[in-house]
Amino acid sequence: MINAADTAFILAAAGLVLLMTPGLALFYAGMVRSENVLGTIMQSLIMISIISIEWVYIGYSLSFGPDIGGVIGDLSWFALRGVTTAPSADYASTIPQLVFMIYQCMFAVITPALITGAFAERVRFAPFALFSLLWAILVYNPVCHWIWGSGGWLGKIGVLDFAGGLVVHATCGVAALVAVMIIGPRRGHGKVNFLPHNLPMTMLGTGLLWFGWFGFNGGSALAADGVAATAFVATHLAGMAGMAMWTVLEWLKLGKPTTLGAASGAISGLATITPAAGFVGPNAAVIIGLIAGLVCYYAVNLKARLQFDDSLDVVGIHGVGGLTGTLLLGVFASRAVNPGGVDGLLAGGGLDQLFYQGLGIVVVCGYTFVMSWLILKGIDRWLGLRVSVEAETQGLDYTEHSETAYN
Amino acid sequence: MKKIEAIIKTFKLDEVKEALTGIDIKGMTVTEVKGYGRQKGHTEVYRGAEYVVDFIPKIKIELIVNDDQVDQVVQLIVKEARTGKIGDGKIFVLPVEQVVRVRTGEVDTEAI
Repeated sequence: MINAADTAFILAAAGLVLLMTPGLALFYAGMVRSENVLGTIMQSLIMISIISIEWVYIGYSLSFGPDIGGVIGDLSWFALRGVTTAPSADYASTIPQLVFMIYQCMFAVITPALITGAFAERVRFAPFALFSLLWAILVYNPVCHWIWGSGGWLGKIGVLDFAGGLVVHATCGVAALVAVMIIGPRRGHGKVNFLPHNLPMTMLGTGLLWFGWFGFNGGSALAADGVAATAFVATHLAGMAGMAMWTVLEWLKLGKPTTLGAASGAISGLATITPAAGFVGPNAAVIIGLIAGLVCYYAVNLKARLQFDDSLDVVGIHGVGGLTGTLLLGVFASRAVNPGGVDGLLAGGGLDQLFYQGLGIVVVCGYTFVMSWLILKGIDRWLGLRVSVEAETQGLDYTEHSETAYN
Repeated sequence: MKKIEAIIKTFKLDEVKEALTGIDIKGMTVTEVKGYGRQKGHTEVYRGAEYVVDFIPKIKIELIVNDDQVDQVVQLIVKEARTGKIGDGKIFVLPVEQVVRVRTGEVDTEAI
């Protein structure tokens, strides 16, 4: 039975989530050097095309189609066959399945876009585009099915992920780590200063991401109901708490609060609350946001010591944030907040949920690591991921796209 | 004729320009430049990581004056651009062989 309010809400939420991809493009582009701005934007923006095509033909069917052994959807919904304005019995029974399909499409689009921050300023466009397509098919679609698909094995045993702590943030974070290991650091890493060329652009991106995140988390209730309200409020509170924590830490340790620190803290809080947003109350959301700011701050700082050139901190912010939130769900979730959820440790549910969350992390991270490694190694051997030394010095905008951002 | 090149702190430009206009200096060229001297660079912080930026922004003023004006102009720039803190800049005085005004073809002192 289609509900008009639910349908309107999820349609609007889908639009909000779409906006996160160009928002992310700006967020990333402000942090790179001025000769790599368009290359960086393009790596996010083009996902709207590549992944949407993949999604309507096979991705949606692989992720949400009729289950094969808990592992993957079959291809019977190829090219959206049978996906109509009638609601699906398995997903969001009050909105047309087409609405559910396009809403989920936006998640599939932004996930590979998030990875691109790790290898910013140094990969060739064609191999990168191929990687993103294969990664969507071989990593995103299966993991999405395991957790959110009807019959998916991780979901069935009790792993919870409200809006993509595992499906989106853990997968992109782990893939980012693998990419950094295989592709290596930018030329001059450790000697040359890779200063952000336009932080106001990054602040604009932060605003768009935060705005879109209300659709990302709020819409994941798949109805205009109390759970959506819970998720919406938790999202905002975790974002603000993450921002506060990172800013204060930086102020204490380095003497000055910075805009990039405030933005990074906000994104940390937003990423961390994502898996838990619809399961926790406002006070828990604030605590989760504070923890996010703390953990991600130290994760990003650890990078420098490990000599990893995760250029725009995908691992430290999205990966670590997604995993932290996935675990904290097992601590803070409460049936009093969401009767359809679970009771975590603090709500008297014991350690069970925490165990399932940990299991989900091990499985998703392990699988993503191995599969991302194989795809990236294969493409690197076959086509070469890295741009030439000359192109890297000159910048991707001109060498990969024949245009420059500032004339 | 001499060319005076002064590298100064960016926020001192207005004061220097006002003072030079006050002693009837009729023109100057200003460039935003980057560089370092004894001050070395400065540190910027991004996501908790400190970066030493070697070249820091300065303003370069170039003007051509008659020989008898050199001392006055140099003293004025020193007075106005000075903060007493490291990084105040430097002034170079160079000989100039010829000056030509493009519009009229006037040369040297007349063209300044």
